Amino acid sequence: MAENSPLKTKARGYSVKTLPGFSVVALFTLVALYAPIVILVVYSFNQGTSLAVWEGFSLRWYQQAAANEAVQDAALRSLILAISAASVATVAATMAALATTRTRHFPGRTMIYALINQPLMVPEIVTAVALLIVFAAIKVWTGHTSMIYLIVAHTAFCVPFAYLPIRARLETMDNSLEAAAQDLYASRWLTFRRVTLPLMWPGIVAGLMLAFVISLDDVVITEFVKSAGQETLPTYMLGQLRRVVTPEVNAISTVILLAGAILVSLFFLLTNRRV
Amino acid sequence: MIEIESATKVFGTGEAAFRALNAVNVTIAENEFFTLLGPSGCGKTTLLRLIAGFEPPTMGAIKLAGDDITRLRPAERPVNTVFQNYALFPHMSVAGNIAFGLEMLGKPKDEVDSTVAEMLRLVKMEELKDRRTSEISGGQQQRVALARALAPHPKVLLLDEPLSALDLKLRKEMQIELKRLQHETGITFVFVTHDQEEALTMSDRIAVMNGGEILQIGNPKEIYERPSARFVANFIGESNFLDATLKGGQVTLAAGGTFDVSVPDGVADGAVSVLLRPEHVAARAGAAQDGEIAATVDTVVYSGEATTLHLSLPTGEKVKAKIGNAPLGDGSLPKEGDSAALTVATGAITVLRD
Repeated sequence: MAENSPLKTKARGYSVKTLPGFSVVALFTLVALYAPIVILVVYSFNQGTSLAVWEGFSLRWYQQAAANEAVQDAALRSLILAISAASVATVAATMAALATTRTRHFPGRTMIYALINQPLMVPEIVTAVALLIVFAAIKVWTGHTSMIYLIVAHTAFCVPFAYLPIRARLETMDNSLEAAAQDLYASRWLTFRRVTLPLMWPGIVAGLMLAFVISLDDVVITEFVKSAGQETLPTYMLGQLRRVVTPEVNAISTVILLAGAILVSLFFLLTNRRV
Repeated sequence: MIEIESATKVFGTGEAAFRALNAVNVTIAENEFFTLLGPSGCGKTTLLRLIAGFEPPTMGAIKLAGDDITRLRPAERPVNTVFQNYALFPHMSVAGNIAFGLEMLGKPKDEVDSTVAEMLRLVKMEELKDRRTSEISGGQQQRVALARALAPHPKVLLLDEPLSALDLKLRKEMQIELKRLQHETGITFVFVTHDQEEALTMSDRIAVMNGGEILQIGNPKEIYERPSARFVANFIGESNFLDATLKGGQVTLAAGGTFDVSVPDGVADGAVSVLLRPEHVAARAGAAQDGEIAATVDTVVYSGEATTLHLSLPTGEKVKAKIGNAPLGDGSLPKEGDSAALTVATGAITVLRD
């Protein structure tokens, strides 16, 4: 058989490391990516109020941020918003991914891909303005101004981010596994519960985390949609920058960075154990 | 056991419609090892999927033990499948895979455990029961797939080219293994393959398929020795096709020689095409005597257990003669360019319908 032929040896590809200029480009890229972040983290520990002059190590900006009620309020709101929006978006994205990969081809399927991914294509500012106009009208009409508007808006733009990894996972999953489950007397629900869901789980977790980070990070749509006093961490920080810049902003950013790093590491730990 | 009544399957509609099965009728008996044999695209896998319930037939009916199961979902049919790629659940252990069908049937825990243990013993996989399916070899995956499909004791086991991913040696072992499993379990096996040798080795009966139709059904001996159609003869084993004239139960070859034959239904006297298997032709060097056919040797091909002579007849027809090798050859075989005299074994000539 061809697969067992001893002649099947791969031509050895040349190493990218030997290409001229590799080290220079790599170094430049790494510096451009990480140097600003390193500086941001370093100055979050600055004793003084400057973002440019090092005056010694201290944790005062962390203490100040932690004690600041406006930061606490914004951080809590960001978390509630990101968790709600990411959860709802992931459930919707999971259903959409199943519907677009686990059904026979139907007319308009390409159209549905486009519709689901629409928030990735439309400039965020356009969505923001459109939502502002619609939500403002609803707010005036009902007098209701809770966080629900933010949750709806965030859910909407989180769906495609959750959808992409889930669909990618489903597409690499062998359809015959579900056929095998049904052949072995599993009902539709048990086929999903015992075979499809466990196998697509890493995709769902990836989608959830991506959606969470995207929501946590959002400024533009939040800025347009939020009612008075509904600051999230990013919009609070933006507001601070307009007034007086202190390393408190660095301290908050560092905490967000740490949280993100923990989430991503957790995700890799969770998914790499799986087949 | 299984009755398939004029099953037709059409994929697509209008211009793009493809008729994968065309009014197929077949009855498969209980405890039979039945093989669907044919080239790719002949409809054998479609027929299997119809029996499993993965596809509904466009027309026709499928009956199992007298009950019409045409419209039942796969989960409602006492039929299990061994998939070509095995389709083992990668997130479950070997034992977990085998237990799956039993759990879905709602069997009590101790019955599940004892059946799984029995199946592990049957396919000789006891020691690897806690392994992930990605941690075992292809041959072992094959055994797990078999055990998983056999565990719920289906009335019929469907096997979709299950040996095609294995190397030759393992495939030979698994052929014997499958035969043993079928005897031990007494379950009806419906086996799909494109490998004629596999079909001949394993089957009680074979249905040879082409173009969405069954051309012939019979036991391996009938299929090999009395193929009804040229396609069947050509697909199974090596063949010589010769022109001949049929008259009153005898054929006279264009190249000479008259032989008694059994005439298949619907073949009238006149010009016919006959089949002669290469191993049924004997050859010696020298001029043809009475009852022999004269030929010239074009090429001699040695292949270990036999030597095949490629010969030309005076009519221009080409004939192969496959002759078993004697120890250290006695040198009596004709050489390239020699004249040869051919003898045809009694009963070796089969009249074809087409």
